[in-house]
Amino acid sequence: MLDRIKKAQEAMAAACESLGRQINIMEVCGTHTVSIFRNGIRSVLPLNLKLLSGPGCPVCVTDQGYIDAVLELADREDCLIATYGDMIRVPGKNDSLETKQAKANVKVVLSSEDALQLAKDNPDKTVVFVAVGFETTAPATAVAVKEAADESIDNFCILSGHKLVVPAMRALLSSKNNHIDAFLCPGHVSVIIGYGAFAEITRDFHRPCVVAGFEAVQIIEGLSEICRQLSTDAPELKSMYPAVVTEKGNVAAQKMIGECFEPVDGDWRGLGAIPNSTLKLRGKYDRFDAFKRFSIRPSASEERKGCRCGDVLCGLIDPPECQLFGRSCTPQDPIGPCMVSSEGACAAWFKYGQEKIRT
Amino acid sequence: MCLAVPARIVELEEDRAVVDALGNRWKAKTTLLPEAKLGDLVLIHAGFAISLVDEEEAKKTWQLIAEISEFDDTPNKLSG
Repeated sequence: MLDRIKKAQEAMAAACESLGRQINIMEVCGTHTVSIFRNGIRSVLPLNLKLLSGPGCPVCVTDQGYIDAVLELADREDCLIATYGDMIRVPGKNDSLETKQAKANVKVVLSSEDALQLAKDNPDKTVVFVAVGFETTAPATAVAVKEAADESIDNFCILSGHKLVVPAMRALLSSKNNHIDAFLCPGHVSVIIGYGAFAEITRDFHRPCVVAGFEAVQIIEGLSEICRQLSTDAPELKSMYPAVVTEKGNVAAQKMIGECFEPVDGDWRGLGAIPNSTLKLRGKYDRFDAFKRFSIRPSASEERKGCRCGDVLCGLIDPPECQLFGRSCTPQDPIGPCMVSSEGACAAWFKYGQEKIRT
Repeated sequence: MCLAVPARIVELEEDRAVVDALGNRWKAKTTLLPEAKLGDLVLIHAGFAISLVDEEEAKKTWQLIAEISEFDDTPNKLSG
């Protein structure tokens, strides 16, 4: 194991030295972010290699308009809100789901199936499932919607905030002020979409895309492979996580997404509107669409004053450069979503705050 | 978080499974992984099996999850 790390580290150092400029690699997966900090990986990287934590945490990228729509529904007496635990502490305009939870109409669930069961158990309420997450999570929502349709469970609906990773990567690279040289691609999103889904990034933007596992050695080997590709100016698509990620991914899960959802333009925190990046229920499932059922039009995103989560998500700044970081915004009392979620870049930086800020 | 947990299918009836990871058992569905069989090791995300996984990879992931749980002090991690 140590031999593998040493070998990868040496190759990475040689490649970075030959490049002779600052290299920026973005990871787009919250689990990678945590593992990188947890294992102190930044401290063993060449000085001219910088890691950026991109939009890899679903809680972090969910725009404020969506959060406020959920909070508005939580105020209705006839609704039960079913949400994954991650979302519960994200602050809205006035409060969060956590404070609403005291009113007992907000329930934390571990799965879309639990939300559906909640609807069966509470026929006098409408259960609204807070459907967030990337391609990993969207198929589970799709299964629940399909079951609700098959079994005519009409007091169930979803507020879809599901997002697609590849359109966000395209948006980041299309932005003029980006300085992303390569992507360390997400592990479990790739289980569903297959590493082949990133081919368009390599093809259209000439950037290395390497899928890696979550262990320290897997991440270091992934970074080393990226540096090798950059130093030879030969960007490729590569999976270094073959145990679970295949080129085509989980086709049954992709079909399930396609059956229930269609991609539409959607708002992301920090990145703004991105074409074909958000999943909306197809017309035949309209009656399970909470946006339609309650005639919700998400208000324009309004970031909390001073919060720079958007710049963090785009890789433009490191969290400590935000004036709220560690002062008025902490994991105990978060202002922005990147501090709320334990896999958010700000929370990870806070936890490992002793690390030197590298610019 | 797109975290998926490896677990073994210890009961299976149609697409309804009971899975086991290090002695913890819970319900999951195999709707998204129709080829899953009794005794298979699978990755579970948000209550659904999404992929087969081998023994070695499962062990590595269990180790990582133990570390992340230590890192994370909020309950009910999931999503993404």
